[in-house]
Amino acid sequence: MAFTIKVNGSPHSVDVDGDTPLLWVLRDVLGMTGTKFGCGMALCGACTVHVDGAPTRSCVTPVDSIGVSEITTIEAIGKTAAGARIQKAWLDREVVQCGYCQSGQIMSATALLASNPRPTDSDIDDAMSGNICRCGTYVRIRDAIKQAANG
Amino acid sequence: MASAHISSQATFAGRTSTAALSRRKLLQAAAAAGGGLMLSLHLPATRDAEAAGTDTFTPNAFIRIGGDGQIVLTMPYVEMGQGTYTSIPMLIAEELEVDLQQVRLEHAPPNEKLYANPLLGIQATGNSNAMRGAWKPLREAGATARTMLVAAAAKRWNVDPASCSAQRGEVLHAATGRRIKYGELAADAARMPIPKDVALKAPKDFKLIGTPAKRLDTPAKVNGTAVYGIDVRPPGVKIATLAQSPVFGGRVKSVNDAAAKAIKGVRQIVRLDDAVAVVADHMGAAKKGLEALVIEWDDGPNAKLTTTAIAAELETATLGPGAVAQNIGDAGRAMAGAATRVDAIYQLPFLAHATLEPMNCTVHVRKDGCEIWVGSQAIARAQAAAAKILGLPLEKVVAHNHLIGGGFGRRLEEDGVVRAVQIAQHVDGPVKVVWTREEDIQHDMYRPYWFDRLSAGLDEKGMPVSWSHRFAGPSVIARYLPPGFKDGLDPDSTEGAIDLTYALPNLRIEYKRVEPPGIPTAFWRSVGPSHNVFVVESFMDELAAAAKQDAVTYRLALLDKNPRAKAVLALAAKEAGWGQALPARSGRGVALQHVFATYMAHVAEVEVAKDGAVRVHRVVCAVDCGTAVNPDTVRAQIESGVMFGITAALYGEITLKNGRVEQGNFDTYQLLRMNEAPAVEVHIVQNTEPPGGLGETGTSLIVPAVANAIFAATDKRLRKMPVDTAALKA
Repeated sequence: MAFTIKVNGSPHSVDVDGDTPLLWVLRDVLGMTGTKFGCGMALCGACTVHVDGAPTRSCVTPVDSIGVSEITTIEAIGKTAAGARIQKAWLDREVVQCGYCQSGQIMSATALLASNPRPTDSDIDDAMSGNICRCGTYVRIRDAIKQAANG
Repeated sequence: MASAHISSQATFAGRTSTAALSRRKLLQAAAAAGGGLMLSLHLPATRDAEAAGTDTFTPNAFIRIGGDGQIVLTMPYVEMGQGTYTSIPMLIAEELEVDLQQVRLEHAPPNEKLYANPLLGIQATGNSNAMRGAWKPLREAGATARTMLVAAAAKRWNVDPASCSAQRGEVLHAATGRRIKYGELAADAARMPIPKDVALKAPKDFKLIGTPAKRLDTPAKVNGTAVYGIDVRPPGVKIATLAQSPVFGGRVKSVNDAAAKAIKGVRQIVRLDDAVAVVADHMGAAKKGLEALVIEWDDGPNAKLTTTAIAAELETATLGPGAVAQNIGDAGRAMAGAATRVDAIYQLPFLAHATLEPMNCTVHVRKDGCEIWVGSQAIARAQAAAAKILGLPLEKVVAHNHLIGGGFGRRLEEDGVVRAVQIAQHVDGPVKVVWTREEDIQHDMYRPYWFDRLSAGLDEKGMPVSWSHRFAGPSVIARYLPPGFKDGLDPDSTEGAIDLTYALPNLRIEYKRVEPPGIPTAFWRSVGPSHNVFVVESFMDELAAAAKQDAVTYRLALLDKNPRAKAVLALAAKEAGWGQALPARSGRGVALQHVFATYMAHVAEVEVAKDGAVRVHRVVCAVDCGTAVNPDTVRAQIESGVMFGITAALYGEITLKNGRVEQGNFDTYQLLRMNEAPAVEVHIVQNTEPPGGLGETGTSLIVPAVANAIFAATDKRLRKMPVDTAALKA
């Protein structure tokens, strides 16, 4: 059936089964490929988007659960204050390697910073441990979040 | 740049002149189409090929200086996170006297002959060798272009070239203050003779090399615009996902697809001999369709295969002699006269690559040709595989290479391309085949299982007088690059086991090739050393313990003839605070290696909980990689390699039961997470030696450092990875 979802401020109408994960609606139906597929089971965080500001694993979020909530993806996160600070810190600290997980890392880090402007190491562990980086950029992710928090 | 590819390098025009830069013809210059200077460069092939010699000029890298001053470098190495898109252009920019931002790097199109990796002999990015292969030729090319640009300016001004200089993309005549931009000189420069010899800068004059440079590929990776293989969307593309025979070598017996076909968005079911694919409008429907399929498999000859059986076969193989990889003195005789004998057996498991971007490939098969889109470490191999299946000549297969969401050796293989082409043959229009995570883990090509048998004899003072090491496992080289396997040996399987840094007067290393049935093996980050360095450095630690000596002091005593190795070991120990007290059940472990032409020492600090869980708190690394071209990339690659290796040490294990891989997703194949990541300190030894490899070094070395630290913390010697926490309970 058809659903209308609001992504990055714009409404989109999609005709898919209601249990279709949001990830595939974004990537394959709407063509917004910045949000990544890693596991399909909410184990790696590559697919993280914001639903009304809350970090959400889109690979296990059925499209029929979205309703009127506002979805924000990596493509638009730079328009938020926290997102722009995180992206800048990511570049300043040269966090990225292959880069595939970084959309999800940035979405999780931005949500953390937006709700907790001065996160401790323990806060960072709690917020970021759901996001796997196979290149192992964790040291720099931590540094970048701290820079963004202090910047 | 993210999806950059060029369809042809046939942009030459006008006259061509050649000159020998060294002994051989390595460089040509020509006018570039549209006005400009085109340098064609030959990155020398392997030593054997060089010796064979040929006068045919076969360029495999191209530098184009356009009329607009833009410099474009086309070469075979691909960016997969290792920073090669930044560090390689630094070499040209340094000698050409331009800003790094002026150099743009393009993926080379597939062409095995043109773009063969100088150290591998094929078009591939791997073996940590991009920088090693490019170091001298690209600087020479930069210097040649600069000399020709200066000559063109001097001619235009009618002055002596020696009175001119180059800086920041311009030629200057200091006496008169005149200056011209490279872009305006490029066409004239193409008509200048190629200088016979060019002087390369002394390291003290380097402006870029050795200074941390910003990565050029990162901005697109933080805003969602970077295009990986999985992100390509040719118009009308369908999405497919697949189930392959859960037992390697099995076949499809029957498929009931009635329920799958009824799912909204499912378009087609493709049945192959040993796999079934669901083609749909989107991956959500494809996955749902796959779950709805009822597939009956004929498991075939490997239906009962277990890892235990494979290990037993390898163990048996080590009871007989292998091919002799290295022999020094007489290890057998020295053992007979030794005061103490130490024996040990080590085993390492199969490992999956688990790149975060699952395997995928997009293919459009047409009547007269085929187009593929994929992120590959070996794009020419991918192209050739597609052409073979379709019975097409190579030029009818257009292959687009894309960013790679993790390589680690997985994307040197073309199996994912083969699958996608097989499926696409049945689909009208383009189809993107995306593997689920479970398929990716259960149908990887794995780091081999290794079985090792070691013996050492110590003299009265505890120092080694005899060292014997025999190991059994598959040769990936024998499959991937058959000519590389000779006389029962290949350079990869033995790297890290031979040519040790230590002075060992009597040493014998033997390798027995055994190809296990029912499980494919492949290169995995740090390849041969991922196995050998663990074994050698664990066993060296055992010898120090048997001699009741400190692990660092013991190693240092064996390094008098190897000052670079000795220096990194001493530096790592000092920076780590080696010898300082730690709490109970905490310990430091050390390891040293010289592989990929880089010297490295790690000290790992671990804590072992009462339940046996191991936490790595801190890793101190000292590295001598010769000239550190981009020091920030050096650090990043070591940090990365360390995390990759800790994942292997703590969790990494693929096991077979009834021929099936037992692990599936990240719940059963765990990867290190943020809350488990240690602090990593990298100390770079500064020198001006040629650069060594880096992408893999941190991985092979951290595994023994962690195992040795666990021994320091618990007195338990772990001779099999991954860590068995049950054995470490207090």
